[in-house]
Amino acid sequence: MELALASAIGVLTMLGVYLLLRARSFDVILGMTFLSYATNLLIFAGGRLVEGKAPVLKKGLDANLGNYTDPLPQALVLTAIVIAFAMTAVTIVLAIRSRSDNHSDHVDAHEPDEDAPPRRDEDHA
Amino acid sequence: MNHLAILPILIPLLGASLSLFVEHRRYGPKVQRTVAWTAMAALFASVALLFARTADGNALVYLLGDWPARLGIALVADRLSAWMLLTTVLLAIACLMHACSGWDRRAPHFHALFQFQLVGLNGAFLTGDIFNLFVFFEVMLIASYGLLLSGGRGLRMRIGLHYVVFNVTASTLFLIALGLLYASLGSLNMAELSQRIAEVPPSHLVLVKATLGLLLLVFCAKAALMPLYLWLPESYARAPAAVAALFAIMTKVGLYAVLRVQTLWFGDDAGAMAGYGRDWLLWAGVATLVLGGLGVLAAVRLRVLISYLVVVSAATLFIAFSVGNQQVLGAGLYYLPHSTFVAAALFLVADLIRRRRGGASDRKEVIAPMPGKETPAVLFLIAAISVAGLPPLSGFLAKAALLSGMPPALTAPVWTAILGSSLLVIMGLARGGIRLFWRVPNAEPDAPRPRKAPTRRIELLAACLLLVYGIGMTVFAAPLMRHADAIASDLLQPSGYVEQVRATTPEIRQP
Repeated sequence: MELALASAIGVLTMLGVYLLLRARSFDVILGMTFLSYATNLLIFAGGRLVEGKAPVLKKGLDANLGNYTDPLPQALVLTAIVIAFAMTAVTIVLAIRSRSDNHSDHVDAHEPDEDAPPRRDEDHA
Repeated sequence: MNHLAILPILIPLLGASLSLFVEHRRYGPKVQRTVAWTAMAALFASVALLFARTADGNALVYLLGDWPARLGIALVADRLSAWMLLTTVLLAIACLMHACSGWDRRAPHFHALFQFQLVGLNGAFLTGDIFNLFVFFEVMLIASYGLLLSGGRGLRMRIGLHYVVFNVTASTLFLIALGLLYASLGSLNMAELSQRIAEVPPSHLVLVKATLGLLLLVFCAKAALMPLYLWLPESYARAPAAVAALFAIMTKVGLYAVLRVQTLWFGDDAGAMAGYGRDWLLWAGVATLVLGGLGVLAAVRLRVLISYLVVVSAATLFIAFSVGNQQVLGAGLYYLPHSTFVAAALFLVADLIRRRRGGASDRKEVIAPMPGKETPAVLFLIAAISVAGLPPLSGFLAKAALLSGMPPALTAPVWTAILGSSLLVIMGLARGGIRLFWRVPNAEPDAPRPRKAPTRRIELLAACLLLVYGIGMTVFAAPLMRHADAIASDLLQPSGYVEQVRATTPEIRQP
């Protein structure tokens, strides 16, 4: 189980970093998503992998960590998931807007072989 | 339990929620502004009270939900927090004044986002829990995305994408570091961690070092340390003036986090971790200072130049915070509000200049007539003197105190870097001033006058207010420096902070 989880985190991180470094905004967003999956699994694993222990209080079992899984990483992961989800949504909206404004989904808003970015420099419009 | 410590978070949170209710057109800007200013006045009052309460050196510890600090979330308001909060609020007042001259009507949800940004900033300064720090960082950043991008299009979207992707990636690294920190040390409370880090067994030392290094890296990315500052100049230069002025405090949040972590966790009592990362930060700070100075000299647009000034001030603070003696640290803490106010003032002045120059905007290489140039020229001069560290304003006092306290071993490199970068800054600003104000032809009477947006008095007032803060800091330099010195002595003896957090026990709940 440790091996499976560790390699899952590793593969997801690898994918995330590779995609994050690409020049298309869609790939970058996918990369960020993979990275956040890897992070969530990592935080989850921070509470130690245990089998057969209850996550919520049960009658007849003493409320200590010997009988339950660590609740804190679960709370942390929940926060992390919510934030990552919201940020993905923001980035997607931004990427779509940048694509429609600048006519390119390159992260620099223009292809590298073009000399100058499209001049639509409207400062405070 | 005293609820004062949570008010600087709750008040803007309520203000933001209320702003959302009165956003509809039928209420008009007057109601929105009343809500915003009421929240701001209440926030100012609470922060001033907090400042007075903590001035004697006793920290106010607030246990959220009455959970013990090592399990739940604790807010800790000590002198450093109060100092940072006061800086934030004073800055926010000027920014809100500027925004209320008209920008708030063009950017949807401006007031709500502005208040949310204050929630994030204040929360980051108050929290005593490292995961909670992450949450408040996110609140602050999400609001900043909105503020930076609302009403923008075209190239601003491109810059926005860079800014958002960079910050989200940094936040992901932050989370990875937090996951590892909890896994290896079993707590996320900063005071609790301070003790546990000092007692790390040698077998875990490498993992803990890697984790904390990652954490420092994230804070440096937020605080714009070399080589992680490249996102800053473009995004700050493209932000609307009031927003750019507020962003002047954002790099300081990263610096605050570095300072807090460094003094609490890597102090002299930290055993194997004592002084961790300090040399690296010092030399990276020196390198950033030099590069920031060159950036000031090379900048084509006035607002990019000012953004590089933000980088320079962050680098100066990195140096001040990593030397680790009390006088330098105190001088750094005095420099922090000074540099925030003056950078914000410059952003507001740049907006005045840009609008008077019509199509030439703030490009320095374009010589363009500027009707009514006297007022912005005088404001620019005062701000430039202050930011470059020339006498008689606060920048000079801060830098003099910083340099005079430098230990002999570091005198040569640090003096060279700080004085050299000051020279570059002076040259850059002088060149900018000459091109913008002096070598300007008088507009021919029959030539079409550049389209000039009317300057509202309140905008001028906002810029003046920020400069008046700086002058106030000069006039009351002695008591302020004494206070900054006291903060520095607190920071260098973190046991007081740790004791106070650990001694606070839940009132109702049985542990």
